[in-house]
Amino acid sequence: MPADVVIVGAGIVGAACARALAQSGLSVTIVDRGAASSGTSAHGEGNLLVSDKGPGPELDLARYASTLWPTCAEELADELGPEFPSIEYERKGGIVAATLPEGAEPLLSFAESQRDAGVDARPIGIDDALELEPDLNPALTAVVHYPEDAQVQPVIATDALLASARRHGATVRLGEEVVGALRGADGRLTGVRTTRGDVAAGAVLVAAGPWTGDVTRALGTPLPVLPRRGMVLVTTRMPHRIRHKVYDGDYFAATQSADAALQTSAVVESTAGGTVLIGSSREQVGFDARLRVDVLREVAGKALRLFPFLTGMSVMRSYAGFRPYMPDHLPVIGPDHRDPGLWHASGHEGAGIGLSLATARFIADRMLGTPLAMDDAPFLTTRDSLRPYLEVAR
Amino acid sequence: MTARLLPPDDDPIRPAAPRAIRIAIDGEPAEGVAGQTIAGVVLGSGRLNWRRTSVAGSPRGLFCGIGVCFDCIVTVNGERDVRACQRRATDGDVVETQHDVLPEVAE
Repeated sequence: MPADVVIVGAGIVGAACARALAQSGLSVTIVDRGAASSGTSAHGEGNLLVSDKGPGPELDLARYASTLWPTCAEELADELGPEFPSIEYERKGGIVAATLPEGAEPLLSFAESQRDAGVDARPIGIDDALELEPDLNPALTAVVHYPEDAQVQPVIATDALLASARRHGATVRLGEEVVGALRGADGRLTGVRTTRGDVAAGAVLVAAGPWTGDVTRALGTPLPVLPRRGMVLVTTRMPHRIRHKVYDGDYFAATQSADAALQTSAVVESTAGGTVLIGSSREQVGFDARLRVDVLREVAGKALRLFPFLTGMSVMRSYAGFRPYMPDHLPVIGPDHRDPGLWHASGHEGAGIGLSLATARFIADRMLGTPLAMDDAPFLTTRDSLRPYLEVAR
Repeated sequence: MTARLLPPDDDPIRPAAPRAIRIAIDGEPAEGVAGQTIAGVVLGSGRLNWRRTSVAGSPRGLFCGIGVCFDCIVTVNGERDVRACQRRATDGDVVETQHDVLPEVAE
């Protein structure tokens, strides 16, 4: 019997959608060519941020998502029991700092625009900043505190969502790559063809992150998602000295830029395991996973401007990953108007961990015809900003 | 000289005569020969673990032995996070074991 929905991609977005749909009583099969959460979900920092988003639809989505995480974390803990590791949800708050005199005014006016949009964004003096983060560089020129920013361990969160989806009847098929579409005599999408056979389904939901471009091309209706590479440094475990997500004010500009050339800004936070993660970089170089020392050096140098004490700390590892980049900087969430039966939950760039639960809610509400928590028009394939980049189907 | 070392007379590489060194690990002396890593000297002294994990407190010592896993880190002469498998022991090194408690979690 065909599934109601086949989901392509077992990262956090696919896992969240599988859980939401299975909980609603739909039969769900999730297919991934690799292991669960082996792509983008395993190569970021687990950010649930409102602080890095300017007023607009993505901020609204992030604010909605941040209301879903605390409940979800509790539900998963109750459902999966103490044997399942914690998803390490922590509403630790964010601190954004300008390191240069000319950076102060743009940061403060950006925070003001966010406040008007409902974000809890508090400009604070350096004394208050040092109270929150005693090891910050006292020479910072402006600091804004965002108490709503939070963090999860993204691999555990993905596994927990998948485990919950399975408990609600979802089937997870790993090591199986989607290579094409199944179509009825009238051309309507009726499932996917994989390296291990066919999976018939009433709807095909693509949640393949940066690989969505390849998957949708194989299905015949391309979506213009591109990989945007980032690198992260990991220190050895250290005494707990960094309490918030701390990043420099350049980060917002980097997330919003369409420039393919290298951009870096410092994003520093400690993990529940005691290591410190230091990002971030953005480059469009295709799926080239090679690390570049000059990028890591630039990221590390900017991190030292925030936390001078890191000079004496040891870097244990570094890794690179790919964000799903959309040319109009908004995720695609909902049915594809060009190809009935095809759905998307992709293109979240660096915000997919945080936005996964809200994305899943929208997909489930759309599929079931239940009322949506907010207007999803900015995330549909029919939006104006996406039109120049969309090819005509097949 | 310990049982873990190949006696120089049996070593086909014909090294120079071994020079004894002594280091301290958490105040306990450990004897070795010049050229050994700190991990080598500590293992040679009969001690198999020198760190505890943050959550379960499980013992850790040499795991990969090639500088990748960072399981064997110790403080050497006041410098923390030194991989015992990568640092050559020097006579008089003061080695201290490390344990970092986990960060407290914000509400």
